[in-house]
Amino acid sequence: MNISTEVQLDLHLRMVRIRLFEEAAGKLAESNRLPGFLHLYVGQEAVAAGVCGALTDDDQITSTHRGHGHLVAKGGEFDRMMAELMGKSTGYCKGKGGSMHISSLEVGMLGANGIVGAGSPIAVGAGFANKYRGQGRVSAAFFGDGATNIGAFHEAVNMAAALQLPTVFVCENNEYGEFTRRDQTMKVDDIVDRAAGYGIPGVIVDGMDVVAVHQAASEAVERARRGEGPSLIEAKTYRFYNHHGVQNLGLKYRTDDEVATWKERDPIFTFEERIVDAGGVTREQIEQVWADQRAAIDAAIEFAEESPLPHADQVTEDVYTLREVVS
Amino acid sequence: MTRKLAYVQAFNEAVRQEMQADPDVFCAGEDIGAFGGVFGTYAGLQSEFGEQRVVDTPISEQAIIGLGLGAAVNGLRPIVDIMFMDFIAVAFDQIINQAAKIKYMFGGAATVPLTITTGGGGGLSAAAQHSQSLEALLCHIPGLKVVHPSTPYDMKGLMTACIREDNPTIMVKHKRLLGMKGEVPEEQYEIPLGTAKVTREGSDVTVVAWGRMANEALDVAERLAADGIEVEVIDPRTLQPLDVETIVESVRKTNRAVIVHEAVRFGGLGAEVAAQIQEHAFDHLDAPVGRVAAPFSPVPFSPALEQHYLPSAERITDGIRQALARPGL
Repeated sequence: MNISTEVQLDLHLRMVRIRLFEEAAGKLAESNRLPGFLHLYVGQEAVAAGVCGALTDDDQITSTHRGHGHLVAKGGEFDRMMAELMGKSTGYCKGKGGSMHISSLEVGMLGANGIVGAGSPIAVGAGFANKYRGQGRVSAAFFGDGATNIGAFHEAVNMAAALQLPTVFVCENNEYGEFTRRDQTMKVDDIVDRAAGYGIPGVIVDGMDVVAVHQAASEAVERARRGEGPSLIEAKTYRFYNHHGVQNLGLKYRTDDEVATWKERDPIFTFEERIVDAGGVTREQIEQVWADQRAAIDAAIEFAEESPLPHADQVTEDVYTLREVVS
Repeated sequence: MTRKLAYVQAFNEAVRQEMQADPDVFCAGEDIGAFGGVFGTYAGLQSEFGEQRVVDTPISEQAIIGLGLGAAVNGLRPIVDIMFMDFIAVAFDQIINQAAKIKYMFGGAATVPLTITTGGGGGLSAAAQHSQSLEALLCHIPGLKVVHPSTPYDMKGLMTACIREDNPTIMVKHKRLLGMKGEVPEEQYEIPLGTAKVTREGSDVTVVAWGRMANEALDVAERLAADGIEVEVIDPRTLQPLDVETIVESVRKTNRAVIVHEAVRFGGLGAEVAAQIQEHAFDHLDAPVGRVAAPFSPVPFSPALEQHYLPSAERITDGIRQALARPGL
């Protein structure tokens, strides 16, 4: 493994934090303590962690309906995230966004998104501004395999290519668009084949291997930062829960064997074995990370549950930015 | 103030002067660079400000809005052009679900100083997909502002205000008004969004009209004055937010109201204006609020048909006379 122990621990921490946040959110949803829809990221942690680990704090991302993992990986705090999921006024969006629109401009996360594919054009705009100002900042757009079938994806990638913008497109190919198998919705075996249609580089990585994702993302990000334009990463991954929520809906759209096979490749546990075997990290250190983050999650849930609900006045606030007109 | 500019030049000058004043302002859209825009609205800007600030884009309306939105959230002041208002439909997700809502969804954290410019209105035999007036669709979306000037003077002042506005704002340029000449000051000035203008004072009936119809209504009012009918004409200029107060105040004086717009009558913005009038001036009304608008059909191609589609001076006159026909109390 050609990454330092420090980076190993950083990537591990990001993944553990995502896993614990999502498992906690799932449990809260099962006991009806979260309103609304919930799309869990469990299984895909290596993608968010690997990509965000390759970004600086100033770099920016756009996300998807399955967005908690991206925000955690980019530096989102558990307490404000959990409060947002509960619709509390202390949440990142003051309870106005919820799971599907969770965001934090402070950490460069330009929003989860309820519309499949809609984040990519926004990432292109962020990339344009970064190039315009010569800040050397990069934007990364996360999206699923299903989003590559929607027009906004095509427009966004082509625009970024035509204008040579510092934007990295990260496809999380989890093989299902909601409940429909990917091969029923497209005639290419690999999403990355689509990169050629835009004249940009594309690379496939094992989305269950955080080191591989991190390496591919680092190359794409540095390329973008050098002003050489956008590229596409296809991370082949899998979601362990359903499209929505944690309950088994009784829909046999995936076989138990298939789910079990992917779970054997759990991105966190396999990575832990590797870093322990490599000798830089001990089991005790790993257990301490889990224990610390479990405590942080428990504190975040307590914070969220004790936080006030937004006041009725809030319904019509934040629709517009108000400006004092000097005449 | 004697200098006269065309409506299109007033637009162009507003953009140019604000680009000179603020390096964060840039323009992007189809054919706006070297070509200067299909109606010359962006003429000469790329040669003055360069390709980095006046950007020719692919024909990709969703990505054009996304480009503006992402850049606006990052602190720039983008002006993005959607060539024809009809093409707004191609970019509806980015406008309605993204740009309009991002501030609210983020709990107020995002600011979106984005101006979307577009060419609206009929009268050029441009048929069903290049002639529509879709302002009602846009005014219905919380988070957006919608502006539609009727004169070169208003165009410059409103466009300057749009660029300085911190919310996603759609500036509708009326295609039939591009060549209209009028007095325009050379210096920069702003007309605050949400302020209507009483373009003619009168005591008998209030006519509310915007875009090209504001000018048509004014012409009709001048002609009716010869018959002793004094029409008060109001051009809201900004359709979202709408200056309800100025309209209602006028109706309380005249006791009658007619709304004129190019868009189809059913579900048009005239319905909202009529509702506001009856809510706020019910006791002052001597007649039902009239509406002169397009019939419920797509915009036809043939001039023989389109002339019956768009409200004409004759139909506006009829609408006003109808409102006056009922005896007052």
